[in-house]
Amino acid sequence: MSTLTYREALNQALAEEMERDPDVFLMGEEVGLYNGAYKVSKGLLDRFGEKRIVDTPITELGFTGLGVGAAMLGLRPVIEFMTFNFSILAMDQVFNSAAKVHYMTAGKYKCPIVFRGPTGAALQLSAQHSQALESSYAHFPGLKIATPATPADAKGLLKAAIRDDDPVVIMEGELLYNMKGEVPDVEDHVVPLGVAEVKREGSDVSIITHGKMVHVALQAATALEKDGVNAEVLDLRSLRPLDVDAILATVQKTNRVVYVEEGWPYVGIGSQIVDTIQEEAFDYLDAPILRVTQADVPMPYAKMLERMAKPSAERVVAACNRVLYRQTV
Amino acid sequence: MAQTKAARKTSQAGGSSNGRDAGARKGDALLGLKKDELHAMLYQMLLGRRFEEKSAEAYAIGKIGGFCHLYIGQEAVAVGSIMALRPEDYVITAYRDHVQAMVKGITPNAVMAELYGRVDGCAGGKGGSMHLYGAEQNFLGGWGIVGGQVPLAVGAGFAIKYREQDNVVLCYMGEAAVNQGAFHESLNMAALWKLPVIFIVENNRFGMGTAWERASSLYDISQKASAYDMPSAVADGMDVIDMRRVTQEAIDRARKDGTPTLIEARCYRFMGHSMSDPVHGVYRTKEEVEEQKQKDPITRFLELLKDNNQLTDEELKTMDAEIQKVCEEAAEFADNSPEPGLEDLYTHVYASEDVHGRLFFDRKNRLEQG
Ligand SMILES: Cc1ncc(C[n+]2csc(CCOP(=O)(O)OP(=O)(O)O)c2C)c(N)n1
Repeated sequence: MSTLTYREALNQALAEEMERDPDVFLMGEEVGLYNGAYKVSKGLLDRFGEKRIVDTPITELGFTGLGVGAAMLGLRPVIEFMTFNFSILAMDQVFNSAAKVHYMTAGKYKCPIVFRGPTGAALQLSAQHSQALESSYAHFPGLKIATPATPADAKGLLKAAIRDDDPVVIMEGELLYNMKGEVPDVEDHVVPLGVAEVKREGSDVSIITHGKMVHVALQAATALEKDGVNAEVLDLRSLRPLDVDAILATVQKTNRVVYVEEGWPYVGIGSQIVDTIQEEAFDYLDAPILRVTQADVPMPYAKMLERMAKPSAERVVAACNRVLYRQTV
Repeated sequence: MAQTKAARKTSQAGGSSNGRDAGARKGDALLGLKKDELHAMLYQMLLGRRFEEKSAEAYAIGKIGGFCHLYIGQEAVAVGSIMALRPEDYVITAYRDHVQAMVKGITPNAVMAELYGRVDGCAGGKGGSMHLYGAEQNFLGGWGIVGGQVPLAVGAGFAIKYREQDNVVLCYMGEAAVNQGAFHESLNMAALWKLPVIFIVENNRFGMGTAWERASSLYDISQKASAYDMPSAVADGMDVIDMRRVTQEAIDRARKDGTPTLIEARCYRFMGHSMSDPVHGVYRTKEEVEEQKQKDPITRFLELLKDNNQLTDEELKTMDAEIQKVCEEAAEFADNSPEPGLEDLYTHVYASEDVHGRLFFDRKNRLEQG
């Protein structure tokens, strides 16, 4: 094991995959000369040159579509969105082109592309720069979506994504880049898409979540433990494909579920999870499932408002207490 | 004439010297502006500078959060152009918006309170530095997505024409926005339908860390207008008088028959892209920044005024002291303004609350019930 930051883990994944496969290239705003707006691509320009580390104009729609076209010819582009907030400009190419290439051509063309970058709120960036857009991406069949929470998963999932023959969206936590964690030293550390992981074993309540919120859930679990409650934290890691077996297993074990996500509640990922559980494990439930999400409003700038709008460990603890019938408010 | 990229780079700031409008200023160095008008322009430039110096301080001690993009070095662009407007005219811009907001008439108090995230801010603390708005001042605000404001400007132009008014819209953007599809779609519609929009590209040479010539196949931004058969001009964005002259011409055209114009204002940003970006080191050298600072638009304007006997040292001293006081007071006002509370979280998402069905899908009701 070596200790790496989340940022370094992503950097390693990119470097290793570019080393392994000459068709892999990285493209996006400031990825080269500036070493990446969030420094994920640090040093890659020096190592791989301008042909494979490509700085683009601020033209999300254009360079994303360019990537899709190049992927149809068999290259394996990694498109960096400076943040997913700006990917909204490119959604037409992701949703209308990339997601449909394989289906519309009846398999004649593949689209082995990766879209990646930071997502979610950082600090006081307000409504246009603080959005967790997982549910928008997950809505479209044809796309795969992974949301690594740890350096090990960041490295492993990105490597899996680059090798995948379908378009894969890797949504990285904007506030996770500096987080350190153990990454296996194995020669080729790949985390398969679609495999959830129990990040903390527990028996009383399941906190199901993904991405940055895994850490909020773990914090909540630690707080609950002091109160005699043993919470399990299940990290979905991938939102499509979704590890339904892992979800059912934890429900069957604890019989109580709180779902935590950074995005909005309305038509959020949680809606899908709740539906899946009620359809496939209704009999195992001892309480209604509760969701902890961002407030159903655009993200405000003011510090206190922002704090109130974001999911927090305290709110997760309160939700767990409610599904355990330990607290009614 | 073909220039090498290096040669173009050094001749960047100072549009008139290499732009198509060179020499038009010779006749009247001050455009016939009266002393009080000139002093008002100087006041706004100095206010912009001092206000931002104050905000940089406030940012450093954590009073201001999030992204904060300073305008220091570019003051001549906003002041020269907005002061050619009538109050009913509109202004819209991107996230580097403090100075535009103040020149358009939003008080320093309301801007500073917004930067502090307080209820008396011009967006109630919900927008912050990148999102300042003023409906009374016809300031359509600061927008955070590169290029996103450009179609909105065209919409404002559409509304003006629809209502058969002779107002105009000034739409600011950085040079990097010019590569966006939204820019081209917007220029086409504005030209096609003769909408009174003046697109002002603040070419400060860098979109974050990317120099213009690394991002565009065409160096001369004003030429992009020719694709839409639209008039264009290059202005010296470090010269408030040139900026005013060029904008005034465009405004006159727009008022007359709705003709839009694309203006490239060649300028330079003295600070980093945002508070987290270094002034120099990564994508430009210290020498380059220092060299550009020699063209400081405020110093240049001061010299011009003095040379033409329009300003004494005493007048300048008095003005600067007053401005310092205004900025101090703004910071104090912001500090004393309350933070928005829980009840503000759910306001303004919708303009009207529907009595049928539910608008919100979280704990709002529970919060309301306490
Ligand atoms: C669509 C989009 N992509 C990326 C960004 C991130 N970003 C913010 S400002 C900026 C540089 C823009 O430069 P320019 O338009 O020249 O304006 P300046 O900052 O120089 O005033 C970038 C890349 C963004 N806000 N929106």
